[in-house]
Amino acid sequence: MKSVRVQRIIGVAGAAAVLVTAAACGSSGPSKSAGSSSGGTGGTGGATSGVTLQVLIGSSGDAETNAVVAAGNAWAAKTGNKVVVTPAKDLTQQLTQSLAGGTPPDVFYVDASKFQGLVKGNALADVGEKITDSSDMYPNLQKAFTQNGKYYCVPKDFSTLALEINTDLWTKAGLTDSDVPTTWDQLETVAKKLSGNGVTGLVMSDTLDRIGAFMRQAGGSVVSADGKTVTADSPQNLAALQYLQKLGKEGALKFPKQVDTGWGGEALGKGKAAMTIEGNWIVGAMQKDYPNVHYKVVPLPAGPSGNATLSFTNCWGVAQKSSHQAAAVDFIDYLTTVDQQMSFAKAFGVMPSRQAAKTQFTTQFPDQAAFATGADNAFGPVGFPGFDAVQKDFDSKIQGLSDGSSDPKSMLSSLQKNATDALSNN
Amino acid sequence: MSRTRSQEDRRQALAGWLFVSPALLGLIVFLVVPIVLALYVSFTNWDGLSNPLGGDVKWVGLHNYQQLLTHDGLTRTTFAGALRNNFWFVLFVVPTQTALALWLAVLVNNKYLRGRSFFRTAFYFPSITSSIAITLVFLFLFQGGGAVNGILNWFGVKGPNWLADPRGVVHVWLSGVGVTKPPGWTQHSVMGQSLWDWFSGPSIAMMVIIVLVIWTTAGTFMLMFLAALQNVNEDLYEAGELDGAGSWQRFRHITLPSLRPTLLLVLTLGLIGTWQVFDQIYLTGNNPATRTPAYMSFDQSFQNNHFGIGSAIAFLLFALIMGLTLLQRRLIPEEID
Repeated sequence: MKSVRVQRIIGVAGAAAVLVTAAACGSSGPSKSAGSSSGGTGGTGGATSGVTLQVLIGSSGDAETNAVVAAGNAWAAKTGNKVVVTPAKDLTQQLTQSLAGGTPPDVFYVDASKFQGLVKGNALADVGEKITDSSDMYPNLQKAFTQNGKYYCVPKDFSTLALEINTDLWTKAGLTDSDVPTTWDQLETVAKKLSGNGVTGLVMSDTLDRIGAFMRQAGGSVVSADGKTVTADSPQNLAALQYLQKLGKEGALKFPKQVDTGWGGEALGKGKAAMTIEGNWIVGAMQKDYPNVHYKVVPLPAGPSGNATLSFTNCWGVAQKSSHQAAAVDFIDYLTTVDQQMSFAKAFGVMPSRQAAKTQFTTQFPDQAAFATGADNAFGPVGFPGFDAVQKDFDSKIQGLSDGSSDPKSMLSSLQKNATDALSNN
Repeated sequence: MSRTRSQEDRRQALAGWLFVSPALLGLIVFLVVPIVLALYVSFTNWDGLSNPLGGDVKWVGLHNYQQLLTHDGLTRTTFAGALRNNFWFVLFVVPTQTALALWLAVLVNNKYLRGRSFFRTAFYFPSITSSIAITLVFLFLFQGGGAVNGILNWFGVKGPNWLADPRGVVHVWLSGVGVTKPPGWTQHSVMGQSLWDWFSGPSIAMMVIIVLVIWTTAGTFMLMFLAALQNVNEDLYEAGELDGAGSWQRFRHITLPSLRPTLLLVLTLGLIGTWQVFDQIYLTGNNPATRTPAYMSFDQSFQNNHFGIGSAIAFLLFALIMGLTLLQRRLIPEEID
């Protein structure tokens, strides 16, 4: 008798607790829809002074964090607001957690590859058009942050891939300025010449974010321009992988782990690589970690179908649920002026996303001109939700290209299959 | 009279419930509700960007479980790979750490051993050190040009690039005896992986983590065995000695049977712990050669925003651990018949 009663009481208590919790969680529902309707009417809700903006950034290091904090303080002093900048250890995870919890930061970095997922999750306010002269941003960057015809968020800056050459090793191998490779064949020739004595001609990260440039140079792509069909399994992409496989077999190409380094910049700095392929971020890293290594930056060599490189970009996202959207837009407006973008460029080596700042950038940083020229034939990353896992699976097989354990054909056919599968789940 | 007694009973019961209510509330809020919610999420397409109970979340039935178990796609292949990795991990770690822990416990239980407390501390030390710190040290030791390969070099052995080496040790061994091509019958595919891949053995990268985990957890289990050893009745050993039993016979027929409940405890804890291995895997990066279901659950949830699949993995893992633990209890009864 007693045990029945105990069970009943436990049952009632449990059910009550679940109900209470459900009600508590449910109560955030209406507030959310209220938030989205205010976003629909222009997102101008909230005061523009006396507010505290929470800013979450995925920082590349102290230089970037300090620069963003300084910009935040300057804007705060000007407008009578407060800015709290939090550098995330793992931006995706921390942002997801705070969005799920219903209290996202007001302003945050959004990586181009995560953008579509956030739009789908109704997490981003549509603020792209609201900043001053927003159409001055590079068109391909605007496109990266446009979904369903809406220009959601403002490109923060961007980077492109280029070829970095260790000039000391270059001259030691008897090469001159006229040998700088402009075609795949020339790249192969110099990479072979530079290899030996503990040096590898070319070391680059084993990821689609590098290999993809070679696919583009061969005329291939992973998804079609409209993003609706997967085009990974193509003869062009095969040509790119086979070219890299050949370089790997000749010992002219290795991947960072094979030379005990974490990425291309480290391999270049430690003298284990004569050449690497990285983006603008390598400039700051070389300055900080290997200030005595001499190197220069040249555009990527052209493939069978011409010049191509990859671009990487972030935007300043504003949370749909933020109650300070007007202040957030004002803050972003401040951050994306030509002057502010140039000071970010100085601080941590990114390129301004405004076309108006291009000449200023190339005159101020002539040795980084190769990155800026890349902007004209740069392709953004594949960004549909679910592609991350597909890319990781592909990336894990790239290292096998150099020792023959991965077959280019089957790599591409499984990329095709997995990407198609992921795309159909959207 | 009887009525007042039942009133008294009721008052006592009420007081009882009042006393346990804080603990009960804690259990419900932090244990029952999250579990129920996670079970619910495993049947939805929740992306983690909104309220899981809100209107944007769709009930998808068994879809997430199908993606993991029956649908021929990347998710299933990845999950099968993770199960394979973890299976070999458990197979290598649990018996070895149990045997090592028992051996160490018997050693430091020896009354005639000098500096007993020093050895006890030394063996226990890895267990109380942060797993993150120890894993980082291992990452450095086992780099391609790290200390381990440096030592191997003295003996003219060229060590592999440990943590970047995805080859399975069974495959390596097979190619050593001349089997380089998978035989035809191993091409049969189970959950998107060929039998040949299932029987690859732990990858060389995983071997590093296996050694690390054995070394760090043996100390904890040694302590459990040590406590049990000190409860074994000395008279039994004396009686054994009088009957002319050697030291191995005394160990086999007196020590081991007395340790049976502890052995079961250690094996069960070991089994549960090894199927949940996460920290060490997290630090070695998202590497298919070391990925485990626990890590995949995290990765699917927080990196790919597939919280449904992440939760489904957690429940499949729970079912697996539960099943294996029950099986183990059946194979090793607590009491001797």
